Amino acid sequence: MHEMTPPPGAKAPVFYEQEDHAHGDGGTLFGFWLYLMGDCLIFAVLFATYGVLGRNYAAGPSGADLFDLRLVALNTSLLLLSSITYGFAMLEMGQQNVRKTLIWLAVTGLLGATFVSLELYEFAHMFREGATPQRSAFLSSFFALVGTHGLHVTVGIVWLVTLMVQVRRFGLIEDNQRRLMCLSMFWHFLDVVWIGVFTFVYLMGSMR
Amino acid sequence: MSEAHGTFRGYMTGFVLSVILTAIPFWLVMADVLDDTLLTSIVIMAFAAVQIVVHMIYFLHMNTKSEGGWTFLALAFTLTLVVITLAGSIWVMYHLDRNMMPMTPHEALQKP
Repeated sequence: MHEMTPPPGAKAPVFYEQEDHAHGDGGTLFGFWLYLMGDCLIFAVLFATYGVLGRNYAAGPSGADLFDLRLVALNTSLLLLSSITYGFAMLEMGQQNVRKTLIWLAVTGLLGATFVSLELYEFAHMFREGATPQRSAFLSSFFALVGTHGLHVTVGIVWLVTLMVQVRRFGLIEDNQRRLMCLSMFWHFLDVVWIGVFTFVYLMGSMR
Repeated sequence: MSEAHGTFRGYMTGFVLSVILTAIPFWLVMADVLDDTLLTSIVIMAFAAVQIVVHMIYFLHMNTKSEGGWTFLALAFTLTLVVITLAGSIWVMYHLDRNMMPMTPHEALQKP
């Protein structure tokens, strides 16, 4: 947007950006929203793959044999709780309260980390029973879908810790607020994807 | 989406609604309430659809006006693609599977 070349006869570069942007954040939030929509398509493809292959057990274990719905219910509530605690962090951010923002972010991160740990525990349990991705088409598509979601949550936690360090060092400056709002969208988006996962994969897979 | 940090009331409303909308499907499946797999599937998918809308409104602060309507337009476009991807894949692959010659996994392994 900036014209860096000085016009003939002038010594200093002239900046031509005069008008205000339509949105104060320079479009970052909208751009991030578009990224999330792209991410949504990745998950749509993985859901479609699971929808096609999800009942091809190759004489191996089925979802009804493998899934422990109590564990899934616990995991779901953890992720749901982390969504509301992130919301509280955003409310404290609006109040410019650094300490409370950091506390709620930490709670969110811990809930997310517990979610990932429980998921890894579940995967390890399945692996011990021989339910590995190469066992059947069902398990390949299961691990691809649920694993991709788990990876997203893991990356979200890394991002969250990074932003906590940023907020601690520089306070709730405008840049950090924008970053926290992007992560907010990312985090809630993952919760939305999880709704699809627990309904489509776990609940429907558990029914015979 | 962009301007709002949301309100305490909004977040709590969304949270309470999503707890209810999560608890009912889990209860339906775990306690095997309806005794009919197809009916249960349809009901829990309906609950999921409602819960996704609840999350969109109360947590992602989605509305038709933010960024001059462009967020909503992008969402509508994406949802169209999602529906085509999901419904199309399942439809095509189902018919492909039905119209293939019947074959046991063992026979499939013997094929050149």
